[in-house]
Amino acid sequence: MFAFLVKRLAATVPVLLIVAVLVFLLLRLTPGDPAAIIAGDAASPENVAKIRENLGLSKPLIAQFGIWFGNVLAGDLGESYFFKVKVAELIMQRIEPTLALSICTIVIAVLVAVPLGVLAAWKQGGWLDRMLMGFSVMGFSIPVFVLAYILIWIVSLKLGWLPVQGYERIAGGFGPFIRHLILPSITLSVIYIALIARVTRASVQDVLSEDYIRTARAKGLPENRVLIAHALANAAVPIITVIGIGVALLIGGVVVTESVYGIPGLGRLTVDAVLARDFPTIQGVILFFSFVYVLINLLVDLSYLAFDPRIRY
Amino acid sequence: MSTPAASATLAASLSTEDANIVARASVWSKLARHWGVRIGGAAMLLLTLIALAAPLLGTVDPTLFDPGSRDLLPGAQGEITTLEGESIKHEFMMGSDSFGRDIYSRVIYGTRVSLIVGLACALVSVFLGVLAGLSAGYLRWLDMPLMRVMDGIMAIPGILIAIALVALWKASLLSVIVAIAIPEIPRVTRLVRSLVLSIREEPYVEAAVSLGTSTFKIMFGHILPNTAAPLIVQGTYICASAILTEAILSFLGVGLPTDFPTWGNIMAEGRVQFQQFPHNVFFPGIFLAVTVLAVNVLGDGLRDVLDPKMAKKV
Repeated sequence: MFAFLVKRLAATVPVLLIVAVLVFLLLRLTPGDPAAIIAGDAASPENVAKIRENLGLSKPLIAQFGIWFGNVLAGDLGESYFFKVKVAELIMQRIEPTLALSICTIVIAVLVAVPLGVLAAWKQGGWLDRMLMGFSVMGFSIPVFVLAYILIWIVSLKLGWLPVQGYERIAGGFGPFIRHLILPSITLSVIYIALIARVTRASVQDVLSEDYIRTARAKGLPENRVLIAHALANAAVPIITVIGIGVALLIGGVVVTESVYGIPGLGRLTVDAVLARDFPTIQGVILFFSFVYVLINLLVDLSYLAFDPRIRY
Repeated sequence: MSTPAASATLAASLSTEDANIVARASVWSKLARHWGVRIGGAAMLLLTLIALAAPLLGTVDPTLFDPGSRDLLPGAQGEITTLEGESIKHEFMMGSDSFGRDIYSRVIYGTRVSLIVGLACALVSVFLGVLAGLSAGYLRWLDMPLMRVMDGIMAIPGILIAIALVALWKASLLSVIVAIAIPEIPRVTRLVRSLVLSIREEPYVEAAVSLGTSTFKIMFGHILPNTAAPLIVQGTYICASAILTEAILSFLGVGLPTDFPTWGNIMAEGRVQFQQFPHNVFFPGIFLAVTVLAVNVLGDGLRDVLDPKMAKKV
């Protein structure tokens, strides 16, 4: 068990290292002077010279990576020349809305998708099953921002139930906080629901043909116990896995959703940074998002131990 | 309609070459009978025709603007000034934007951009993914380093890679296509690699090796043709996701320059006055959603027919 933990942790290190190399190379393999790119379009020559000095641009590439990576490990992601603050600080300032939006989305998605997937698998080929499969193809196809505008138009503009856009910090009271989060979370959860429901359906369907399900039914267990305690419990691993993999979709969706709803989170920061050609911030945000993604999938792997006692490493 | 058993006896009574023809014909007829392939394929055909015939469909130059015809509602009559300075009467079927450009013409011409980007991204990522996957699967010394790099790319959310690359390269049709294609490469690579690893154990590859066939010929002549079906399916999905990503990039203002008539660009311009003129966002949005849906439905259909093992899994 402990050996597995160590091994699994050790396996994520090379992935993170390669991510770091890729993010580093992003700027170095681009034609042009990295110092000038980082400094931005309105930088003075002295400023560019100073950045060149800091990056160690006169040294070989590998040494430059060493300098940069050393800084990253120390928590120094560089300074944003657009926002005039440290990138790490900037990320911390913007993390709350993104975290709130993501958690809200995952909760909605799991609460909707898992029961739907189980029911669809239970009545395979039934109307719910066919509707769910149709919905999931649509969920994958409808662009997040189109869905966002449809919801804003109906719920906020026509019915006037929820605010059109904006964000309220949780410190300002739970009511306004959640009212601003409902629409963005529903928007973002649709594609996630499609993904999770599909996998839940397939995974539960597989399990339902197992002998122990027939045994459970034969001994007179009520159907809901069979579905939840026997089928869903044994189908959990692929479902948890897809929730983890889906975080990549979620991060992509956050960038779009935050822009549409005017939420000042990390996704909005990414777009602002790109529009301002603020490369230290772009690098920092990409590194941060990738780190979170790898970390979540590490946790997912570790959770197999809890969900499936057959897995022993 | 022939039952599988009947066609098997039929195939057995024929020579191998004839049997191949029977098998191929049955794939085509299965494809033609699958409702997903029919609907998705028909929709794609229609969109392709729209893209090709854009100038003939009652459109004007999508970049033309007339300050006198700003913010018209759908169906309004107005005027538009051509490049020669001549004013022509024009019906704005989908209204006009705040520059006085015809939304209908922009949406119709936008079909071109979306289809080109979708198709090109699928081709580029499948091509590069096949190269990488064949190399990783067949040249063992390359496997480890190559797959670790692919793991790294996969650990970065694709849309962030695309956004960052476009920002670095300055947006053009080519840079947008390459930037969207790159994050799709690892999935193709993994697919091809896993196929190669199982195919290389097949007797016919072993036979080719013992006959002294060159590695190059084995990779491209013997192994590659057998990866075609799953690759077509994967390519279709990549096309759908690339069309979406391009629209997202344009919508966020980091994609193709704003004078390009892309669905994302039209929506980005429309969002400013979304409350008064929601149709500026909805018309391109509907085209985008329908196109992506058509490609996905086509992909699901192709998967059901060409790759039944995969179809059972999801």
